[in-house]
Amino acid sequence: MTRALLVFGVLAIFPLTMQAMDSLFYVSLASRILIYAIAATSLNLVLGYGGMVSFGHAAFFGAGAFVVGILAVEGVRSAWIAWPVAMAVAALAALVIGALSLRTRGVYFIMITLAFAQMMYYIFVSLKTYGGDDGLSMPARSTLGMGANLRNDLAWYYLVLAILAAALYGLHRLTRSRFGRVIDAIRENEARAEAIGFPVFRYKLACFVIAGAVGGLAGALIANQSNYVSPSLLHWIQSGTLMIMVILGGVGTLWGGLIGAAVLLGLEHLIADYRIGWLAALAPNYQDHAGLAVGAVLLAIVLVAPEGIAGLFRRRRHA
Amino acid sequence: MSVILFLEQALNGVQFGLMLFLLAAGLTLVFGIMDMINLAHGSLYMIGAYFMASFVQMTGSFWLGLPLALIATAVLGAALEMSLLRRLYGRDHLTQVLATFAVILIANEAVRIAWGSQPIMLNPPAGLTGPVALPGGLQYASYRLLIIGVGIAVALALFLLVTKTKVGMLVRAGASNREMATAMGVDIKRLFTAVFAVGAALCALAGAMLGPILAVQVGMGENILILAFVVIVIGGIGSIRGAFVGSLLVGIVDTGGRAFLPMLFSAFLPPQLASAAGPAVASVLIYVLMAGVLYFRPQGLFPARG
Repeated sequence: MTRALLVFGVLAIFPLTMQAMDSLFYVSLASRILIYAIAATSLNLVLGYGGMVSFGHAAFFGAGAFVVGILAVEGVRSAWIAWPVAMAVAALAALVIGALSLRTRGVYFIMITLAFAQMMYYIFVSLKTYGGDDGLSMPARSTLGMGANLRNDLAWYYLVLAILAAALYGLHRLTRSRFGRVIDAIRENEARAEAIGFPVFRYKLACFVIAGAVGGLAGALIANQSNYVSPSLLHWIQSGTLMIMVILGGVGTLWGGLIGAAVLLGLEHLIADYRIGWLAALAPNYQDHAGLAVGAVLLAIVLVAPEGIAGLFRRRRHA
Repeated sequence: MSVILFLEQALNGVQFGLMLFLLAAGLTLVFGIMDMINLAHGSLYMIGAYFMASFVQMTGSFWLGLPLALIATAVLGAALEMSLLRRLYGRDHLTQVLATFAVILIANEAVRIAWGSQPIMLNPPAGLTGPVALPGGLQYASYRLLIIGVGIAVALALFLLVTKTKVGMLVRAGASNREMATAMGVDIKRLFTAVFAVGAALCALAGAMLGPILAVQVGMGENILILAFVVIVIGGIGSIRGAFVGSLLVGIVDTGGRAFLPMLFSAFLPPQLASAAGPAVASVLIYVLMAGVLYFRPQGLFPARG
């Protein structure tokens, strides 16, 4: 509890200090990180708590983004309509994909979720009316009413922060509920959970759908973040990136998604924005190759911190 | 739909399928023997193509550049296996995904540094730039025929290697039951480095052969990697025969779908809808195929584990 207050306290003060230092760009970067944190957290529910290694989470993230983008182009700009629709479409997609994929196990589950996500990717790429390959530009951010102006980067940041807080609180409550305990049991020993009499398939599907809906919400936010929806949001590299965030931050930990998103995206920007003198003297263009450093850090983490960054701060697995 | 067009697309499909097989063969053995998800397999394909571009430029000859590119990539593959991948065998799939994803990032940047971001076009070897006339009046690119020939030869050699030689027997033993093979005294570690090096060379062969048809560029490995995964899941993980059948199936279905579905759709759909739906359904087709195979045969068509 104190940890949560501390983290969100810092996150709440952050944009004010940035404003004082006149570097609002970082507020925009921070909102992007928080949105990815929501997406990664939703994946962590499936992957970490549910033990279902889904390699197609970008399908829900991208679908949510496209729903908001398409609705905006068609004139529906109210967040109260567009965002729930984005969540509903993502949830429906998760229901269909989950119902078919959850019949398989292990590596086959990984590959079949990937296959479905790639199908969604190609379907959205072929929507020529809505940008196709080039992606879709939104006329403006969604509107919230109640006097909130989401075009203001500070207001936008606080809205995203509030949604992340809600998502994390929801995850916290969910994992401690009866539902969460059953999901735990299924991950630890599916056959036993089945034998006790739990409808395992339905529990896993419900878990998958909840994560899909939250992933869709994150997609709705990322579309608003840049007023642009790219089909690359659905590409398998995106699924991979979300997965990396979860593994990096800590599989099956409350803060894993946030830590992973912050470290991965933060690292990329840190390398691009801060010029290190001696490194630049050695290789003048090193900042164009952030991927190299990110890759090296990921490898280092695999070899040094097998349980992710959150694992370094924790004595044993969550009880 | 004319017979000639149909033949041409069938040949294109086989050609693409054979190249997919070169990638899938290595991937399925890595996956089958070591139970290891190697996302970096596509990077070896990319690096092989770049090596090819450089060696062809250096030697001025396609036929001198090709073996050099294969050897260089095989050495690189063996080095990668011994330095990093070896540490990942006992770990869970998630860790393997993270680590090999990191290798993709590093490989992409390394290629960008070494060769730049601009795509490179390779030229087909001299004398194979034009079309040849095939029986039935079909004009077909001679270089594509060469690819088919090389693909069939390699597939045959690989098949003989795996089914008729002692090394092949060890590989099969490793794929069907690793613990048992180790208990019987097979040096899985050394065997696996060798398998990995051969797999890398096959990747390079695919990259080098496809270089004159597709552009050699950063990120070329990512798309084909997923196709190779689709192939081995369809064929059954660890099975060379499955990889072969799966590759041809995916190559033909994908190529055929792209060529004929738009035509088929325009026959009974309004043109606007057909022009949008055709390519979309065509790109999705192989994933539908994979989902279908998994639904009816969850272990793939030719499961290696009994």
